[in-house]
Amino acid sequence: MTSPAPIAEPRETPRPDPAAVPALSIDGVSHSYGPRRALIDVSFNVRPASFTALLGLNGAGKSTLFSLITRLFGIQTGRVGIFGHDISRSPGEALRLLGVVFQPRTLDLDLSLTQNLLYHAALHGISRREAAARSAELLARIGLADRAGSKVRDLSGGQMRRLEIARALLHRPRLLLLDEPTVGLDVKARADIISHVRQLVTEQGIGVLWATHLFDEIMPSDDLVVLHQGKVLAQGPMGRVIGEAGAQDVNTAFMRLTGAQVMPGGGA
Amino acid sequence: MSSITTREAPRGFSASEYMTCLTGIVWREGLRFLHQRERFVSALVRPLVWLFIFAAGFRQVLGISIIPPYETYILYEVFIAPGLMAMIQLFNGMQSSLSMVYDREMGNMRTLLVSPLPRGFLLFCKLLAGTAVSLLQVYAFLIIAWFWDITPPPIGYLTVLPALILSGLMLGSLGMLISSGIKQLENFAGVMNFVIFPMFFASSALYPLWRVQEGSPYLYYVCQANPFTHAVELIRFALYGQINWISLAVVGVCTIVFMTAAIYAYDPSRGLARRGPAGGEG
Repeated sequence: MTSPAPIAEPRETPRPDPAAVPALSIDGVSHSYGPRRALIDVSFNVRPASFTALLGLNGAGKSTLFSLITRLFGIQTGRVGIFGHDISRSPGEALRLLGVVFQPRTLDLDLSLTQNLLYHAALHGISRREAAARSAELLARIGLADRAGSKVRDLSGGQMRRLEIARALLHRPRLLLLDEPTVGLDVKARADIISHVRQLVTEQGIGVLWATHLFDEIMPSDDLVVLHQGKVLAQGPMGRVIGEAGAQDVNTAFMRLTGAQVMPGGGA
Repeated sequence: MSSITTREAPRGFSASEYMTCLTGIVWREGLRFLHQRERFVSALVRPLVWLFIFAAGFRQVLGISIIPPYETYILYEVFIAPGLMAMIQLFNGMQSSLSMVYDREMGNMRTLLVSPLPRGFLLFCKLLAGTAVSLLQVYAFLIIAWFWDITPPPIGYLTVLPALILSGLMLGSLGMLISSGIKQLENFAGVMNFVIFPMFFASSALYPLWRVQEGSPYLYYVCQANPFTHAVELIRFALYGQINWISLAVVGVCTIVFMTAAIYAYDPSRGLARRGPAGGEG
């Protein structure tokens, strides 16, 4: 046999055909606040063990989309599936596989790091002993083990974000959503968080949807979804999106697609 | 897209997972309460001011005849103690609702609501947690009141517990229902004016209803229709080891109605969803 045999994906997935079930599937989703249409027929997928950047300016509809995926708002039109579980019809199974880092800080500032993690674990029905073990392990991984007992209030912005990511991983989700997680952080903290999340993709096979308006956070290997005024303007591997826009880089591609003015310095 | 096919193999949640979640929410609410010492102090000072100052001034003005559950003439302080216990719970219920509005603005509510457990259950846990906090406050008040000669029978401290749990749930549900309709923190002053004060004053907390009836029959009917009156009476009777069945029925039904409405209001496909994003939209 000279023709290469189909190579089986080495990923660990309990489902028989992992490629067929996207980590996240958004299918024809529209959403309105009264007369204002925030999302218009949005469709895209996030593959397991991939990093998908959701690129859009403020007001593009990113947060609305996140609110729909996390079931904060009910879905008006279309469907959202997490590993095949429809968020409207079986929210429990869908949310179990989902970890979220919201844009606003959602930690209890007066509680300790461990207490914050234990509370989150309880919300997922994880027993106290198991939760304590996982908390200690995650705190060690994000380099905050020695701060376990301090109040969250005393952490820096970057440390809080790392804690929020650790918290989102506590129930071992297979899909992680992050809504502009690096906003307000310094360069070092930003780089730490980006590399930490990319590690989760490559080492643990977690599917990541990373909403951002900062172009320099995207890498050529990423999938890209360009959201503008509630519509998906382009999607696919970064190289293809740039090519189809007839551009050399993300900035120009984004500008061509949206007609937006791009600020110098890589941000929109 | 054919990929979104609902897989009908839901694992569901075990009883111990529900229990872990419940204790976790109550534990967190308790911790937060302990960290807010000012809240505890003001929750105690408020009824004590009424007890030490208002009641002392009023005892000469208002004669109390022997009415059930009391078997002897009582001091005015003794009469208003159950009303003040209910007041603690009323404030606590509304304050929990304030914290929910605050949580929603700050995003903490999101953490709660992305839990995979059923949303109705999560909100019920939140209500139980708020009630547990109110119990701490009420018993602290009862201890201080004991030194002020408010000495119900010892068994009363035990029999009042179920009454307090029920009334706490009712007032907490009402607060939660109101919180679902409040968009911003600032609107809480309105809750004080339009909910807390009318409920408290148009009730049997400060004066027996037969007195009210002598003064104004209409106000008497308003007081009778006020669920808070029945919370007060339920507590008053339970504190003396008795059951006021009418009040029990009213408080029970109101609890179910308020709680159902609150859970409905927080359902993602209704309530909150219609109102659009809270805070900044990106």
